[in-house]
Amino acid sequence: MRSIVPILTVVAAILLFWALCVIPMNAHLTADQAQRDGMILSPDTPAARQDYSGLVLALKNPAIIPLTYTLERPRLPSPHQVAVELYDTVIDKKITSKRSLVYHGWVTLSATLLGFAMGTGLGILLAVGIVYNRTMDKSVMPWAITSQTIPILALAPMIIVILGSIGVQGLLPKAIISAYLSFFPVVVGMVKGLRSPDAMQLDLMRTYNASNSEGFWKLRLPASMPYLFASLKIGVSASLVGAIVGELPTGARAGFGARMLVGDQYGQPLVTWAALFAAAITAAALVAILSLVERQTLRRMGMGAV
Amino acid sequence: MAYLLAGIIWAAGWWVNSRLAHTDGADSPAISLAIPAIFGITLIAIWQVLVQMLEISPIILPAPTDIALRFAGSLSLLWADFVQTILKGALVGYVLGTLAAFAVAILADRSAFLTRGILPVGAFMAALPIVGTAPIFVKWLGSDWQSKAAVVAVMVFFPILVNTLAGLRDTSAMQRDLMRTYGAGYWPTLIKLRIPAALPFVFNGLKIATTLALIGAIVAEFFGSPTVGMGFRISTSVGQLAMDMVWAEIIVAALAGSAFYGAMAFAEKRVTFWHPSQR
Repeated sequence: MRSIVPILTVVAAILLFWALCVIPMNAHLTADQAQRDGMILSPDTPAARQDYSGLVLALKNPAIIPLTYTLERPRLPSPHQVAVELYDTVIDKKITSKRSLVYHGWVTLSATLLGFAMGTGLGILLAVGIVYNRTMDKSVMPWAITSQTIPILALAPMIIVILGSIGVQGLLPKAIISAYLSFFPVVVGMVKGLRSPDAMQLDLMRTYNASNSEGFWKLRLPASMPYLFASLKIGVSASLVGAIVGELPTGARAGFGARMLVGDQYGQPLVTWAALFAAAITAAALVAILSLVERQTLRRMGMGAV
Repeated sequence: MAYLLAGIIWAAGWWVNSRLAHTDGADSPAISLAIPAIFGITLIAIWQVLVQMLEISPIILPAPTDIALRFAGSLSLLWADFVQTILKGALVGYVLGTLAAFAVAILADRSAFLTRGILPVGAFMAALPIVGTAPIFVKWLGSDWQSKAAVVAVMVFFPILVNTLAGLRDTSAMQRDLMRTYGAGYWPTLIKLRIPAALPFVFNGLKIATTLALIGAIVAEFFGSPTVGMGFRISTSVGQLAMDMVWAEIIVAALAGSAFYGAMAFAEKRVTFWHPSQR
């Protein structure tokens, strides 16, 4: 809690920097607009203004500075414009509206969650296999580690097209990309976790005459929980990125990725920025929920000191 | 018939690996390399057999031999894409993002207040889907590699910043006291004690960032690019249903990603040879 003041200071500094950047970024656009509206500017043709940087232009014509914050299609929207657009599309619009970010968010989120569940489930199963089967360990583990160095996300458009051509459409292709992205962090983290009990603890289980399955349920699985949660937090944000990127190249009609693309193609930067922030807030919420579950679980298991 | 043959190949590969994994020398480097290699070859062989015998359309899944032929047949094209996306977009952005992160980390490190603020904010930013800023940067900086480098720089900035800051704090009071008794000021302490102590953390960030850099450079090309580049090639080949070309690009991406990561891991080994994890 004593970090709250420093955090707020840093956030405020970022917002201030952003707000200051708005002036030079939008100066040329604003100047052109202001001239059409009848304002007298010092270099009086757009071509002449191109020779000046945005900052110089704004300082020469201080009258345009407040106008840079109210452009309808700014190069860089100001923080309050993004906030207003977010409020409009999240809270003011009906959820069923095609412009509601809650609707688009749900499209992306459902693919993310489905994929995350599939990836995590399969990842845990494979990790158990790797820990208990030496052949599997030796054959699969190097590939699982190598695969983390490969930009898997580049596969996304191909997976969607392939699945589309064999008739799988809608939620599932995106979920498969999400699953794939969350799969490997979970495998690697879970293998580490299941192996984390040391020889002394394993020996103790043996002196208790514990069977293999008891050793798993009572020692290895509980011991792996901190590792599992660490990889889940990586996996869930990877899943969300996967679902968003999965919406990009195929011209999906709904979802955060589709909104970003729409804003980009129809010249509505506010739509893109709002979708971006909504995606960021979603990612933050998912990670926060997992952290909460982690803290509760670890506390109940007596590892809550973290 | 096809499934039977695939099953036989799988059983044979598994049997060989199982024998190898249970021999005495299973942990020797040669066998540790051979087992995953055999596993990979087994999978590729099954892929080949199934695609050929079930006559799967190359639009859905091309056979490995087709991909290899396409790869060998369009080396100059692939090289041009590699230069555009990896060497120009990803690498320039990676270097810029890293330098910026180091600069901010060293500046912020002078104030405990700033460090406490930046660490959680940076960790938070590192988990965000920053790749979504790609359309914005493409709009600002044009569709050539500069916009890709900018996306990559922003993507790699936060993980490296957080790791560097965390690393710079990773000295014990005893070590810092020792430097003080030597009469060392801020800069000698930074250069001789704290930066070396931070290196294992820094390399952790650098290694995470290699994959991010490639992802950023490729995905940003989906939003606009000149008619060259890996992301451009992937999206247009998908449009033409030329899946063998897509797979050839994926091989390039995989090789580049592994080489990039490997280079960082190698540098880490050379630079932090004193650290327990490297000995």
